[in-house]
Amino acid sequence: MQLTSSSIGRKILMAVTGQAMVLFAVVHLLGNSSIFGWLNGGINAYAEHLHSLPLPIIIGFRLALLAMVCVHIWFGIQLTIENRGGRPQQYAVKSTQKATFASENMIWTGVLLGCFLVYHLTHFTFQIIDPQTAALKNLVPLHDAMVPNVLGMVVTGFKNFFVSLIYVGAMVALFLHLSHGIQSFFQTMGWSCDKSQPLLVKFGTLVALGLFLGYVTIPLTIFAGILKG
Amino acid sequence: MSDHKTMTLTLIVWRQKNASDAGKFETYTAKNITEHHSFLEMLDCVNEDLIHTGKDPIVFDHDCREGICGMCSQVINGAPHGGQDRTTVCQLHMRKFKDGDTIYIEPWRARAFPIVRDLIVDRSALDKITQAGGYTSCHTGGVADGNAILIPKPIADEAMDAAECVGCGACVAGCPNGAAMLYTGAKVSQLALLPQGKAEAAQRVTNMTNAMAECGFGNCTNHYECMAACPKGINVKFIARMNREFIKALF
Repeated sequence: MQLTSSSIGRKILMAVTGQAMVLFAVVHLLGNSSIFGWLNGGINAYAEHLHSLPLPIIIGFRLALLAMVCVHIWFGIQLTIENRGGRPQQYAVKSTQKATFASENMIWTGVLLGCFLVYHLTHFTFQIIDPQTAALKNLVPLHDAMVPNVLGMVVTGFKNFFVSLIYVGAMVALFLHLSHGIQSFFQTMGWSCDKSQPLLVKFGTLVALGLFLGYVTIPLTIFAGILKG
Repeated sequence: MSDHKTMTLTLIVWRQKNASDAGKFETYTAKNITEHHSFLEMLDCVNEDLIHTGKDPIVFDHDCREGICGMCSQVINGAPHGGQDRTTVCQLHMRKFKDGDTIYIEPWRARAFPIVRDLIVDRSALDKITQAGGYTSCHTGGVADGNAILIPKPIADEAMDAAECVGCGACVAGCPNGAAMLYTGAKVSQLALLPQGKAEAAQRVTNMTNAMAECGFGNCTNHYECMAACPKGINVKFIARMNREFIKALF
């Protein structure tokens, strides 16, 4: 199996799974932004809409995401260990010209994101970190029905300084990871040439910056008291 | 030459007797160096002094000394070939340095390049990659007419750009992962671009990729340090092309 054993094959698997997760991050942010009220009923209505999708779709989507995460982490660790061995002895003088802090620390920003993912899922998906505010237990009326109070859970969560800090910190890691990862996807798939490659680096960093700003706006506006529950 | 100011430099050079020796840095002083000395001529001067005092000269690779053969292989202050754009060590001149500078000189460092002695490494791993598929096999018969197979000028130019690679190994030395993707990408692209190479393109990219791993090279993580190190200006677009060829070969 060239795809799972060879150098370029594994690189392609890293790129495809990574890019699928970037697309998820974009859609996730669009959904989250309903908290600012552009959707009738806000984030509670959005959450209710997602949860009322047919169960096979929800389970299938979650399993697919889990599979992407697992493949990305597995090959990420494997390739990093191999690559550390590629140059057993470092140079006395370090003088990198093109490599960046982000490109050199993909494994560490990846580890941080992995830890954050576990925290984020236990916090807002399984709702076991702060059971008192769990949305599934606190129902609120919406369009003549009772729905989980996601807004209340999110607002209470981000009122806490340390919770907001964890989320903002994780988004810094996300920015660094994607500022290298997005352009890297195009190069790995071979969808770049000498003219487009420098532009793709800028494009990737811009998308990463957009995601960072979009995501941190929610905890920051809630912590600052601008967005209220 | 008497009208030129001379420089005195401190060299911190990697000395290693053989592949199994641990190796260490030694400090030397280079005296009476003018701005017109090439980097290798500067080392020649230091070696003359060492020989006169009965010491072992610094062993380094060199051949044409005109920047086209790719034999010289030194990492100077952390940069393969010294970091000057599109320049091999032999074409790096001492006018790039100042009197009193301290210069670190190290061999290419990569798992796939064992150190033979001091600054010389064994780069035959690159030959193994090329032996795995960097050629075309066909019955040549008599010499074909020069224009029997028409190749559009932009394609021919791009193949020539890839063919500029002299196989010096600076891309591997510059890569934090010790990967040979730029070298292999250039060889794969050069042939994949031309009609003569297309017939075996799929087998070639698969075999050469496998040979990279067998030789102990690392994997590419798109740092693009290879492109910065390359004395021939090989672009990472050839890595992208090799990735395309690899995907084509999968199906």
